[in-house]
Amino acid sequence: MNTDEHEHVIEVTGLRRVYGGGFEAVRGISFAVDRGEVFALLGTNGAGKTSTVELLEGLAPPSDGRIRVLGHDPYTERAAVRPRTGVMLQEGGFPSELTVDETARMWAGCVSGARPPLEVLELVGLARRTGVRVKQLSGGERRRLDLALALLGDPEVLFLDEPTTGLDAEGRRDTWELVRTLRDRGTTVLLTTHYLEEAEDLADRLAILHEGRIAATGTPAEVTAAQPARISFELPEGYFVGDLPPLGELGVSGHEIDGNVVRLRTRELQRTATGLLVWAERAGVELRRLDVRSASLEEAFLGIAAREEVAV
Amino acid sequence: MSTVTTPASRLGALARAEFTLLGRSKATLVAAVLVPLALPFSLRSVVDDMDVEEAGLSVGLVLLPAAVGFALLFGVYGALVAIYTSRREELVLKRLRTGELRDVEILCGTALPIGATGLTQSLVLVAASTVLLDVPAPHAPHLAALGLLLGLVLCAALAAVTAAVTRTVESAQVTTLPFVIISMVLSGVAVPLEMLPDTFASVCELLPLSPVITLVRGGWAGTLSAYEALGAIGTAVAWTVLAVFAVQRWFRWEPRR
Repeated sequence: MNTDEHEHVIEVTGLRRVYGGGFEAVRGISFAVDRGEVFALLGTNGAGKTSTVELLEGLAPPSDGRIRVLGHDPYTERAAVRPRTGVMLQEGGFPSELTVDETARMWAGCVSGARPPLEVLELVGLARRTGVRVKQLSGGERRRLDLALALLGDPEVLFLDEPTTGLDAEGRRDTWELVRTLRDRGTTVLLTTHYLEEAEDLADRLAILHEGRIAATGTPAEVTAAQPARISFELPEGYFVGDLPPLGELGVSGHEIDGNVVRLRTRELQRTATGLLVWAERAGVELRRLDVRSASLEEAFLGIAAREEVAV
Repeated sequence: MSTVTTPASRLGALARAEFTLLGRSKATLVAAVLVPLALPFSLRSVVDDMDVEEAGLSVGLVLLPAAVGFALLFGVYGALVAIYTSRREELVLKRLRTGELRDVEILCGTALPIGATGLTQSLVLVAASTVLLDVPAPHAPHLAALGLLLGLVLCAALAAVTAAVTRTVESAQVTTLPFVIISMVLSGVAVPLEMLPDTFASVCELLPLSPVITLVRGGWAGTLSAYEALGAIGTAVAWTVLAVFAVQRWFRWEPRR
């Protein structure tokens, strides 16, 4: 039964999801998540994050491909998987006329090994709002109620679909802290987000989804390292790109010119920057709006989005 | 794990929450409780003018099944279509489906409080009719009771089917009309089938709510032969099976986007 101890907790192979109207939201993705890992699915709106997570949660069968959560198919073997998973949907669905406490107690009655409802409400900072009706909660409080319910059964695997959307900065930090604590206790967490910062901070590994495909995957450092660094500056008056030293010799891997602004991509940031600055020094010109930045997840993300759009 | 949930414990938890919600929804309470209580008595003057004795009936034997019919149609069917639709549009059904509850438990747990209300209401109306309209004790109470139970299950299942084609709670007032009107006019709720032309009546007997009303009225009057009773039970069961199949096939768990 417990064959999943050393295996992947979540295993996805060749996953596809085609909606009734023929729209293909997920176009053949594969990845695996190990026990105790925080895995982030990162992407813009419409990239296929929620479509993917819903399949992992077992809400719908995939059009094609295979999913294993804790060694079981989450859709056809629902009864085996559900007692061990916790789910937070992108939009919480709670009757607006129930109070926080009534909602939590109702949910607790449907969760095996449920913790005392007040305990999880305390964990997310809602302990003082127990008597308030759901319709009177703020958007952020509703997200936290949703998170509390996902944690009720001490799940081994936690699915969080945009857990911090609608939260203020403090609420977001609290949620991150909570996710880290859970991870340290061995909970496997799969979350989706469109906040790069969130993925960079929280995730052990991540996959960038774009138009239903995985465009990049790995640790945040690996994904970032695969991207070039960037330098941009304004060409001094009377100068042209041809006046610069040969770009190839500076280690530049690509460039764009937008009016008089030059953007360079390089994998050897120090060499390129030095070459450029030495040239400016010798020529006695000032490079206005000079911006030198090493690759970041944001660059990676934007780079992928732009590249794919051109390809399509 | 300290406590493992069972279907019964999950149903109980969901039903308790739904019962609280029912108490807080004035619109549902008016539609589900007051309307069916008031309707049978407004029907009284109409029935007094009918030649019910000619059809071998009495005013009481017309109004009592009518009261049960109203309770089922407005108290259970109409109210439940609105509840299922509202829970789906609020994404409550989708959220519930992420947990351990099975689909059938979600539908039954949601229906339990309103079903219990409908049952209580029917019993109150039956008691009131017996006292106020001098209806004698039922001849075959088991048939009447069976009819009522089949009616409850059938109306709940048909409510789920109707909810599948109902986009908003407001439009439930429209989508429930066909079944409500057809049942009132052609299933013996407002007009006893005994008063319709024979060939027409035998077709109407095949409508979903007809066997329920037939069993209640016939069980009370003791006029049903074993053959007729079995036929009615068979028809009701067939409709229920059909409705359950339709729910499995077409029920929507989340809003259209």
